[in-house]
Amino acid sequence: MIARGRIREWFIGAGRFAVLLFFSVALAFPFYWMVLTTFKQGGDLYNLNNNPFIFNLKPTMEHLHVLFRETMYLRWVGNTALVGIIVVFITLLLSLPAAYSLARLTGRWGERLGIAMFLTYLVPPTLLFIPLSRIVASFGLQDTIWSLVFVYPSFTIPFSTWLLMGFFKSIPRELEDAAMVDGLTRFGAFVRLVVPISLSGILTVVIFTFTLVTQEFVYALTFIAPESRQMVGVGVPTFLIRGDVYFWGELMAACLITSLPIALLYNMFLDRFIAGFTVGAIKYPAVYSL
Amino acid sequence: MTSSPAVAQRPHGRRSTPESRAWWLGQAMFFPAMIYVLAVIGLPFALAVIYAFSDIKVGSVGYHFVGFQNFSSILRSATFLRALYDSFVFTIGSQVLVLVGSTFLALALEKKFRGRGVVRFLMLLPWVAPVSIGAIGWKWILDSLYSVINWVLVRIPILHLDKFNPPQWLGEPALAMASVILVHTWRLLPFSTVILLAGLGAIPKDIPEAAEIDGAGFWRKMFQINIPMLLPILNVALLFGIVFTFTDMTVVYILTRGGPYDTTQVIPSLAFFTGVLGGDLSEGAAISLFMVPILVVVAFLMLRQAHRTEVT
Repeated sequence: MIARGRIREWFIGAGRFAVLLFFSVALAFPFYWMVLTTFKQGGDLYNLNNNPFIFNLKPTMEHLHVLFRETMYLRWVGNTALVGIIVVFITLLLSLPAAYSLARLTGRWGERLGIAMFLTYLVPPTLLFIPLSRIVASFGLQDTIWSLVFVYPSFTIPFSTWLLMGFFKSIPRELEDAAMVDGLTRFGAFVRLVVPISLSGILTVVIFTFTLVTQEFVYALTFIAPESRQMVGVGVPTFLIRGDVYFWGELMAACLITSLPIALLYNMFLDRFIAGFTVGAIKYPAVYSL
Repeated sequence: MTSSPAVAQRPHGRRSTPESRAWWLGQAMFFPAMIYVLAVIGLPFALAVIYAFSDIKVGSVGYHFVGFQNFSSILRSATFLRALYDSFVFTIGSQVLVLVGSTFLALALEKKFRGRGVVRFLMLLPWVAPVSIGAIGWKWILDSLYSVINWVLVRIPILHLDKFNPPQWLGEPALAMASVILVHTWRLLPFSTVILLAGLGAIPKDIPEAAEIDGAGFWRKMFQINIPMLLPILNVALLFGIVFTFTDMTVVYILTRGGPYDTTQVIPSLAFFTGVLGGDLSEGAAISLFMVPILVVVAFLMLRQAHRTEVT
């Protein structure tokens, strides 16, 4: 009996290992491939007789040099960072008070409003881009990053509000009540007390807003044409190609350098992200604890 | 203005003046965000509907109402019908794969083990990297000439593949559709997995343990406890997955541009090519409106789900 149990344990363990191995390889393979391609010489990449898994010629930094010196890659990164920072600012400015209001001040009706706000997150860019391209053009924002600064908060605000609302709800009411007894107004208590102690929640929102901005593709592709004004997510897959020629070394180098920092940041804040996304579906006792 | 009943019922029992002040403050703090979102989502949405019933083009002036003309011409177009069909194939195909794959992966990842953090990081990469960037990585892996997959496949003797004419992953209709589905599955799998992991974490540990003591085996625990208790959260993952898939054009745009011969064209990408690149705003808007019924159904199901969990 015990022996049978052991054997079964072993099979379950082996099964688990096989599943993990399969998915880790399948999911991470493109990134491994990016690394390999980045450091391979052109003559090595484009030779059908070479084993693609090994370096047949010496590794090279050439693709990285070309990417940084001869393409607009850094410019795109800069544009993305600038848009990201401004969008983060707008998002915090609007969603902090909105989330507080939903968590504390508007009661049952507020909960409905909160759900309504979250549902707007479901409205996809591919439904709105045609009218929005006209609206953007009528403001004279076409082909500038300001078009994106204007549009991106429409999906970062709902998400951030939702995330912050859960965060604020976890703060004990008594804290603000005490501050108000001490002479602060409700709004004063929000600005001086609630916001400072929610710093980790705010940081989470900053990271997610930023990653949402870097991941966006459809609006940037629709609103912006000139190479120099582009965001990194569109610039890399459209302008590192000349006609029919894909510069795979440079392309993969750009993919690698763009993905890794975002992935590292995101990984650090993953648990909060999950909590924000699944609020209402199940209860999470400890996730929001400060 | 009196205070809202919800605030008035609060057990703290404050006098009415601060209450109504709080109510007003609540409105004032909420509405800037709401107005912004409504302006940038609600207004264009209304415009999309208005465009769909007009003959508006890039550079045209004035508005002419044309009734259902756009819709009737779309419904007669073979390209559109193909895109509608492809959208469903793309969505259903990738969602089935995502659900099955992420259930396995989440169950395998649930238990703590050494190196779990590393595995979690590796498996998250597809979701975290910008879509367009992940997709272009796949484009290189599926390249017509230098595909590493083909390099391996032609060297497996039992497959009998012609070395000089290997599978064209993005060049043959059926293979192109399969590739697009697989790449999208690759991208969504981590998202679904982390949501399921959260769901597994929320299952009280005493239930499976009690079942084990009562003699339930691995499969019994799996199908009578774990999976049923996961259903609500599986539902959430699926609903988001459907929206993210049905409305996505990035994977198709980068990998195939809808080709070969529009056989991987989906509704959002067709709306893009027609309305944005082709400049036919009215027809593009009409095409994109075909996503709305799906979105409405998903929103309805989500609200029901939220309501249910609230009650229990």
